[in-house]
Amino acid sequence: MKWGVVRFPGSLDDADALWALGEVMGQEAFALWHKEESLKGAECVVLPGGFSYGDYLRCGAIARFSPIMRAIARFAAEGGLVVGICNGFQILCEAHLLPGALTRNRSLSFICERVSVRVENAATPFTCAARKGEVLRLPIKHGEGRYVAAEGELDAMERRGQVLLRYVDERGEATEAANPNGSMRSVAGVANERFNVFGLMPHPEHAVERALGGADGLKLFESLVLSRSSSQLREESAAR
Amino acid sequence: MLVKVFVTPRREILDPQGRAVEQSLRSLGFDNVSGVRVGRYITLDVRASSPDEARAEARRMCEQLLANPVIEDYRFEVEGS
Repeated sequence: MKWGVVRFPGSLDDADALWALGEVMGQEAFALWHKEESLKGAECVVLPGGFSYGDYLRCGAIARFSPIMRAIARFAAEGGLVVGICNGFQILCEAHLLPGALTRNRSLSFICERVSVRVENAATPFTCAARKGEVLRLPIKHGEGRYVAAEGELDAMERRGQVLLRYVDERGEATEAANPNGSMRSVAGVANERFNVFGLMPHPEHAVERALGGADGLKLFESLVLSRSSSQLREESAAR
Repeated sequence: MLVKVFVTPRREILDPQGRAVEQSLRSLGFDNVSGVRVGRYITLDVRASSPDEARAEARRMCEQLLANPVIEDYRFEVEGS
């Protein structure tokens, strides 16, 4: 599968995402410069973490206007798979490709730790290699990761299964104490209505080898590979 | 024309920065303070033939970039109008 990892001025985790996908998973992964207007045949686009454009004005607000984002908006409108991690999640919200917004952590502190997240919906291209209810251990590192959306919109998203990941404690329960940043309803990751765009604050690309303290992040990337190959199989059998 | 834009977190959105500032003011002895909200103040020079035109432009700028309507309210003043 071909993966394009976007590189904005100020991106930090692009190299780790390329390492995770290319070296660890053996996928075809390449960087996409923010000034480019072509996705070079990528079947999934990853917007990595970092501080794109210095996080000026609001996190993700300026990156949204870069040429590559126009291509990504078109790609997403055609059903293409897009994943935004941390700053990438913020950019997707600012670009209105995902609902809601990410605001300053409740504690006002930058948080860097390993957290538990529960898979709330495993019937999506982003989570299908995991089980519903499965708890993954993933690192977070952000100052502005508190997810907010209008209550009514959150209700509708929950009904449609768009909340894919929630912060939980070691028993798998979404308690306030286990909510690191004060996100509404402990939301850690959401998809759009069409389930082809996904944003999450935890970093799966930093959890792909035991030497890094865990490999649970692979589950999310493997889901995309799995869903891509099963949709190809469907296309092939339909063509036969 | 000089346009002053004020962006603040929406009422229903928790503003931890405002809360921290409020607590600090209280610890300085300002017991009479409440409802502190921390926002952003932006000044712009807008080329426009009338204050109304400048206002319309400022509104579009706020909607499209200067504020995020999901979490922020905005208001603006056009200087000299």
